[in-house]
Amino acid sequence: MSRLHGLDENITAMRARLSLIPAASVIAGSLVSLVPLIAQAPILPPLGFMIFLGWRFLRPQIWPLWAGLPLGLFDDLMSGNAIGSGMLLWTATLLAFDLADNRAMWRDYWLDWMVATAVLTLYIVLTMALSAFAGGGWLIAPLLPQILVSILLVPLLLRFCALLDSWRLSL
Amino acid sequence: MTSSESKRLGFSRRARFGIFAGYVAAVTGALIGFGLILIAVVDPQGFAAIRGAVSDVTAPVSGAGRGAVQEGGRIDDYIGNWWNAGRQNAELKQELAEARRRIVEARATQLENRRLRRLVNLIEGDIEVIATARLVNSSLTSPRRLATIFAGRNQGVLPGQPVRAADGLVGRILDSGRNAARVLLLTDRSNIVPVKLTRDGTPAFTSGRGDGEIEVRSLEAGRDSFRRGDLLVTSGTGGIYPPNIPVAVIVRSFGDSARARPLADPAALDFAMVQPAFEPPDDESVGPSPVVPEGPLADALEEAGE
Repeated sequence: MSRLHGLDENITAMRARLSLIPAASVIAGSLVSLVPLIAQAPILPPLGFMIFLGWRFLRPQIWPLWAGLPLGLFDDLMSGNAIGSGMLLWTATLLAFDLADNRAMWRDYWLDWMVATAVLTLYIVLTMALSAFAGGGWLIAPLLPQILVSILLVPLLLRFCALLDSWRLSL
Repeated sequence: MTSSESKRLGFSRRARFGIFAGYVAAVTGALIGFGLILIAVVDPQGFAAIRGAVSDVTAPVSGAGRGAVQEGGRIDDYIGNWWNAGRQNAELKQELAEARRRIVEARATQLENRRLRRLVNLIEGDIEVIATARLVNSSLTSPRRLATIFAGRNQGVLPGQPVRAADGLVGRILDSGRNAARVLLLTDRSNIVPVKLTRDGTPAFTSGRGDGEIEVRSLEAGRDSFRRGDLLVTSGTGGIYPPNIPVAVIVRSFGDSARARPLADPAALDFAMVQPAFEPPDDESVGPSPVVPEGPLADALEEAGE
C-alpha cells in the first residue's frame, strides 16, 4: 500500500515538473530583458511571448486558457510595458488560437510561421499602442527592426521549445 | 498535417465544466488586464509602489553584470565607425577646423562673462547632486525608453528629479523604489524637455522619437531657426530640469522643427547624477504675488474657510 502511495506522489511530482518546465522557459524568456544593456530603441524581440507562442504551436493543449494572465503580468513587470497589457494580449492570443483551431482544416510548418508572423506583428504594434495609451507615445518606425528580428527568430525558437520538450518528456 | 482534433469531450459533465470555467477565467483575466491599463491612464503613479519594488529586485541582478558589459556596450558603434571610417575622417577634419575657430571665440566670451559676473556680483551655485549611480538596465523589448538607476528613496531619489551625466541630460526619475529607480530617458516619446538654442536663445522643446534621436520643435513657428550642429541646452522653463544642462546637438533641420542627437549616450555612461527637481524662482511667474491679508480681515477669511 505504502509503495503504491509513493508511486502516486511520484506521478504528481512528475506532472508538476511536466507543466513547470514550459512555464519556467517563458519566465526565463521574460527575464532576458534584464540584460545590463542600455538601448536607445527596442532591439530585443519579446522573447517571453515568443517562447509562449512556440509551446502553443508545439503542443496546442499545453496552456490552460488562463496561463497568459500570470505569465503576461510577469512579463509586464520585467519589460516596462504598461501593467496589464501582457495579461490582455497573451490571453487574447490564446483565445484567438483556440477559435482558429476549431476552424482550421490543416496546418504545416509554413502556415505556422505565417501565423506567427501575423501574431508577432500585431502583438508588438498593440503593445506599443497600449503603452502609448497609458502615457507613452505613438511610434512605428523604431519597431520595424524588432518585428523583423522576431519573425526571423521564430524557427529557432520552435526548435528551442522542441528541444526542451524532448528533454522534459525524457526526465 | 491535419489540425489537432482533441476537443471531443464525450459526455463528461466535469470536463465540459472545466473547459467553460477556463474560458470564464481567461476572459475575466483579460478584462482585468485592460482595467489595470485604464488605472494607469487615470492615475499614472498608481503602480509606482509595485514598479519601485520590481526595480529593487531587478537592479542588483543587472548591476552585477553591468561593469563587464560596459566595454562591450558600444559594439554597434565600433562596427559603424569601421564602416564609415573614410567619410567620418573627412567630416571630423572639417569639424575640427571649425571647432578651433569657435574655441577662440569661446575663450573670449568666457573671459568677458567672468568679468561681467564679477561686475554684477552673481553667485554661482554648484551643481547639487542627490545621488551618483550606475544605470543598470533598460527596457530592451518595450517601445518605452526606460532605464533603471541603482539608487532609490534611501539615497533620496524621488520621482520628478532630473538625471544628468557629465556630457548632458539623461532624463528624469519616473518612480523610485528603496534602492533603485526607473529613469524616463530623453529619447522616450513622452519625455518633453523645454530647451533653448545656445546660439541665439530661441526657445524650443524636445520630445523623444524612440529610436535614439529626439525631435526639436521651435516655439516660434514658421521661422528657419535651426542649423546643423546647433547646441541645445535646457531652458529651465516650467521647472523639473534646471537651466543650462546640455541636451542635444542638431543633426538635421526641417525649418521650424529638427532632429537632434542627445549629447549623453546612456549606453556608454559610467555614472549618472540625480539632481534635485528645479523650481523656477518666483519672480518668473506672471503677475504680482498674492497679497496676504492681515489683521481682522485674515481672521474673518479663516473663519469663512472653516
